[in-house]
Amino acid sequence: METKETIQVNSENVFNVEDVSVSYGEFVAIKNVNMDIAKNKITAFIGPSGCGKSTLIRTFNRMNDLILGTKVKGTINYQGVDLYDKMVDPVQVRRRIGMVFQKPNPFPKTIKENITFGLKVNNMTDNMDERVEKALTQAALWDEVKDDLNKNALELSGGQQQRLCIARTIAVEPDTILMDEPCSALDPVATKKIEDLMQELVKEFSILIVTHNMQQASRASDYCAFFTTKTSDDGKRRTGELVEFNETTVMFTNPEQDLTEQYISGRFG
Amino acid sequence: MLLESTEKNMSNKAFITGKKAENAIKESLFLFTLYICVTIAILTLMTLIYDVLSTGITRLTSDYEVGLITKIQIDNPVDFLTSLDSRYPDRAGIGPAFAGTVWLMIIVVSVTFPFGTGAAIYLQEFAPKNRLTRFIELNLTNLAGVPSVIYGLLGLAVFVRLAGFGRSVLSGGLTLTLLILPVVIVASREALKAVPDTIRQGALALGSTKFQAVFRQVVPSAIPGMVTGMVLGLSRAIGETAPLIFMGALTYVNYFPDTPLSGFTAIPIQVYNWIGYPQAEWKETASAGIILLLGLLLIMNSLAIFIRNRYEKDF
Repeated sequence: METKETIQVNSENVFNVEDVSVSYGEFVAIKNVNMDIAKNKITAFIGPSGCGKSTLIRTFNRMNDLILGTKVKGTINYQGVDLYDKMVDPVQVRRRIGMVFQKPNPFPKTIKENITFGLKVNNMTDNMDERVEKALTQAALWDEVKDDLNKNALELSGGQQQRLCIARTIAVEPDTILMDEPCSALDPVATKKIEDLMQELVKEFSILIVTHNMQQASRASDYCAFFTTKTSDDGKRRTGELVEFNETTVMFTNPEQDLTEQYISGRFG
Repeated sequence: MLLESTEKNMSNKAFITGKKAENAIKESLFLFTLYICVTIAILTLMTLIYDVLSTGITRLTSDYEVGLITKIQIDNPVDFLTSLDSRYPDRAGIGPAFAGTVWLMIIVVSVTFPFGTGAAIYLQEFAPKNRLTRFIELNLTNLAGVPSVIYGLLGLAVFVRLAGFGRSVLSGGLTLTLLILPVVIVASREALKAVPDTIRQGALALGSTKFQAVFRQVVPSAIPGMVTGMVLGLSRAIGETAPLIFMGALTYVNYFPDTPLSGFTAIPIQVYNWIGYPQAEWKETASAGIILLLGLLLIMNSLAIFIRNRYEKDF
């Protein structure tokens, strides 16, 4: 990443997405996306199933590299660096841009080891205990687990597991956190906790969240991107497209596109 | 109120078909058949075990007199386990064969574990998905089903002759390694496959390399399954006779193998040898050998079950 640091860093935006298309083999999942993601804001991706919003968010930390046959066209600039430049190491990208997944996926180890794994692989082994405490505190989990740090993480409740996953993500001090439907496996109480947590975290991190839950997008996000699928003329292919990208308040009160309004008011999707 | 009750009666009627009794008979017949099958299987096993135990146990517990042969006391199992083979059935111990089996186990474990788990980790986690790897996978599954005699021939050609290890315990161990390697690789791959992908993704999303994700998260989670497969493969190896006879294990060994290049015999071969003698007393000695082998297998399989239940995780 050092190679391109001379390029002017845009302090307002973290991601500049230019004409990005993602395809798996022959299948184009999403195409021609242009958007700028603001720094220290929460940006939500909404849209019906199969519109490519999860696919898009996974290109932001190069998790898509792991799926064979994935191809990304266009450029994704992260603070001025082209993420898909040949010189860029995807491991370093993922270290700076953390990710929280749909289903809580703690490692089948102790709570503490869940946090220290990320620290160890990133050579952040100084003051480990302090780092563990800080991360768990930031993730609003410390008070619940401080007495059983050596308990197996799988014994925690679903909501606690997801907050542990957030804690281990922020422990390695990324700049940005990607969340791929982080609350879809959680009950409303646990969901509320995660949403409150996001409001705290956004002071320090930029957050992108994919969600199926429209209320969640309207409650929790500053900006909102609405995607939908377009079926090709012969009816065989469905490709995701960005329909509207706007401030959340505008999107939910006075959307520019009819399609957005229809989706938000529940008339399709 | 009246209307309600009529409706109720009508709906009750809909559930009375007259087939209830018929179904119950069918079900109990089916269950009965299943019980019979299970009983036959268990009875056969019990008969075999009873036969072996009742014949062999005297040899393991008390002294006895046989014909004109002067009574030579072998009072307890320890003597039987440590004594050398003999021309006299009551003096014959299984010592060298037991030592040979232990040697085989050591060689099999120390070669199979690194190669078996290494191959499984490569194939499951790192290998590109192309024709070559699919071909290898297909062959592995087929190799697991090849008759063990074939491995004996291979061992004779490769280890005894080509590599020049002779008819040694090393050749025997390597032959058995070949025999169980496919089984161990398949079992280890299953163990790795059982680790959910979300664990790999979780590790990678924290900025770990593929290598770190595999060796610090995936493999530790799969170790119980891998060890279980290893123990089961090993218990198959120690019960094998045919490949060892083919590659030329000895049948009468009156010394303890002291180096990997020593000649050797193993428990199943020793038992096979004793059974071949015409005198009735040898049958007792052979049965005692079988009891030892059964005991070893029971211990190892229990160990495998223990490891699986104790350490395997639910995700």
